[in-house]
Amino acid sequence: MASNTQPAVVYAALKEQAVQNRDKLFEKPLIMIGAATCGRAAGALKLVEEIKNELNRLQLEANVVEVGCMGHCYAEPIMVIYNEGFPPMAYGNVNEGVGARIVRDYLTDGDPGYEFALVALEPNDFFPTFSDFPRGVHENKIVLDQCGFIDPQNIEHYIATGGYSALVKVLEADPGEIIETVKASGLRGRGGAGFPTGLKWETCRNAGGSPKYLICNADEGDPGAFMDRTILESTPHSLLEGMTIAGRAVGSEKGYIYIRAEYPLAVERITQAVQQAREKGLLGENILGTDFSFNIEIFQGSGAFVCGEETALLASMEGRAGIPTHKPPFPADAGLWGKPTVINNVKSFSYVPHIMNNGADWFKSIGTEKNPGTAIFALAGKIENTGLVEVPMSTTLNELIFEVGGGIAGGKQFKAVQIGGPSGGCMPESALETPIDFDSLTEAGAMMGSGGMVVLDEDDCMVEIARYFLDFTQKESCGKCTFCRLGTKHMLDILERITKGQGRPEDIDLLMELAARVKEGSLCNLGKTAPNPVLSTIRHFRDEYDAHINEGRCPSLMCKDLIAYYILPDKCERSCDACVGSCPVEAIFSNEDRIKVIDQEKCVKCDSCKVACPPQYAAVVKLSPPSEVAAREQGEGVK
Amino acid sequence: MKLTAEETIVAVETTREILSGIHDSRGSLIPVLQRVQNKLGYVPPVAMQEVAAHFNIPAVDVYGVITFYNQFRLTPPGKNQVKICMGTACHMRGANIIQEAWERRLKIKVGETTEDREFSLERVACVGCCTMAPVVVINEEVNGKITPTRVDGLLFSYELDKKNEAAAKGGENNGQ
Repeated sequence: MASNTQPAVVYAALKEQAVQNRDKLFEKPLIMIGAATCGRAAGALKLVEEIKNELNRLQLEANVVEVGCMGHCYAEPIMVIYNEGFPPMAYGNVNEGVGARIVRDYLTDGDPGYEFALVALEPNDFFPTFSDFPRGVHENKIVLDQCGFIDPQNIEHYIATGGYSALVKVLEADPGEIIETVKASGLRGRGGAGFPTGLKWETCRNAGGSPKYLICNADEGDPGAFMDRTILESTPHSLLEGMTIAGRAVGSEKGYIYIRAEYPLAVERITQAVQQAREKGLLGENILGTDFSFNIEIFQGSGAFVCGEETALLASMEGRAGIPTHKPPFPADAGLWGKPTVINNVKSFSYVPHIMNNGADWFKSIGTEKNPGTAIFALAGKIENTGLVEVPMSTTLNELIFEVGGGIAGGKQFKAVQIGGPSGGCMPESALETPIDFDSLTEAGAMMGSGGMVVLDEDDCMVEIARYFLDFTQKESCGKCTFCRLGTKHMLDILERITKGQGRPEDIDLLMELAARVKEGSLCNLGKTAPNPVLSTIRHFRDEYDAHINEGRCPSLMCKDLIAYYILPDKCERSCDACVGSCPVEAIFSNEDRIKVIDQEKCVKCDSCKVACPPQYAAVVKLSPPSEVAAREQGEGVK
Repeated sequence: MKLTAEETIVAVETTREILSGIHDSRGSLIPVLQRVQNKLGYVPPVAMQEVAAHFNIPAVDVYGVITFYNQFRLTPPGKNQVKICMGTACHMRGANIIQEAWERRLKIKVGETTEDREFSLERVACVGCCTMAPVVVINEEVNGKITPTRVDGLLFSYELDKKNEAAAKGGENNGQ
């Protein structure tokens, strides 16, 4: 064993080589294409192929690299071109035709195609950069900094930009010092609960028993959240580095990454990253020539939401059904196979290398005193600029939605924002000034959760969204606690009744009472937080519940049983047959005046005719309650 | 569902092959079942018995684990697996309408397989492509921004592919 070799010396050699290899990429024009799962869904792989074909056809020399996700999902697929003479340019919504054209014009004629460009990536005199937009001003990227700019399949890209230098630092330091730094930074677990990470590590380090285990919880099950997936797909090595540092700190030699089975690409990327780190001696036996060894294994989940709960996660890793157990003992004392185990979220681990490099004070200078650092949110739903954002803690919801996210899509009216997935709540317009941090959100009746944020507009029914989340938790309840198993089912039945127009006046009180019981009578947070979506919607949108129950009307025109489709006779163009062709069940016919009419008996309410009707006519509308149709037909004399 | 004698042999042999060289520590149970499902597409009873014997646990425990997790199937899947994402963003953008469109076109309900075993229809938890909502995953391919008419289009393109394939095969057979 070469224990006399300094890890810094070994690392310096690795870095020099990595920088050399990376710089070779820039000798030719470099084309980077965002090919994480979201980019692929938008057609990134076809774009890659088309660009390679085009380069071949034109006999042009260029390097094409598939990178991860930059977080600007609304503009997928995204392409970045580094070419001499211009700052690197990012292009959005690049389909195959546009991609080929940009490459052709740029690399042969020197025209960078400004009309397709999103931003320039470096400050310059002629094209705006990210920091010229509100989003760029608010954002402070730490964990996401490299996402979309380095090749996740090539460890040298990570090393060349200073990756694994934090590991070198801690290999020379005392493990106690690492924990002190993390404690001083005030880092709180980003899985949702916000428990101080340093404290967890210290408990595990001091706990008796060996071996000690380290688990990264990448079972990102909240619908509407995709931050962990993006990190795993875009910079897998930052997670591996963070875990290795944690392993050194708590005295563990074995780490696991528990990852969702629904993320096949993330599994592939992280498996490859582990392999590459091993080959470079940054993982495995005698890391960088020291006597510290640390191994990481991938464990794939099997599709159970409750396994995001740490004790259920442990049960699942031990080959049992994922049913939570009582805490204490906490996993830091007795976790996997009864041994001390640290379980942290992907983001928590990914912050660690940055804290080690820049110090605890730097981290504390971002965000607020009790909630230092940044918050990473997945913006989805009815928002203009969907995607992944990283903003300092204490940014308000208003800033996040209307400045960073660009407001509501299609000029609609904001109604609510759902934060924290099935455990969180809906916040109305009046709560928009709430700062984003663990404590403020909990106080406002929502929760930070893992960071999914779904924006809802005037077309979204709040009773329906409550029903949706309860349907989710009810199906995912493991069945251990009676209140969670039966209480959520009973609540769901009531909500279903309401969305079908069969609600009773006493239903709201019954829902509130059941909610209180389910919260009290459940062991784990799945049950304890399951009623939150119902409670928060009743609190802020009671009038919608009343409309459903008392009038059989859905104000947002969403609940299928309470609406009907209707063609406005004075708007119908008569000679246009778009709606007739679009109807899957032949429910639309022409009456004597050649006006199109919907046969309500046949209509399956699939929305096709409303989409098909040309916008200049916009003759198809939804009416609620359905009895409106007969009244209108009579009034307007439709036969 | 009854397996044919041939299917049983394949299932047993595949399972034994996967089990060989695996330690009998229970921590390997779920990874083993995942591998069986990857190979066979589902976990038949004979495979459960083989696995139970290997780990020295009652077969009912294996069945218990399989039925607890959403990922495991007890029946063979269709040749093309259609999975409708049921995440929040997809739901709010009309995943239900998309689900009904598939059900109507394939003439099956969610959780079923078409009679010719060409398609099976499932709902999955969020696939994390919320910005492309509503999303449908066909086999491994993620399709974003689906509408009922796009469902028709997707099915049509599969039919075309199948026809082309059949034509290519026909050509081969003629050549022999």
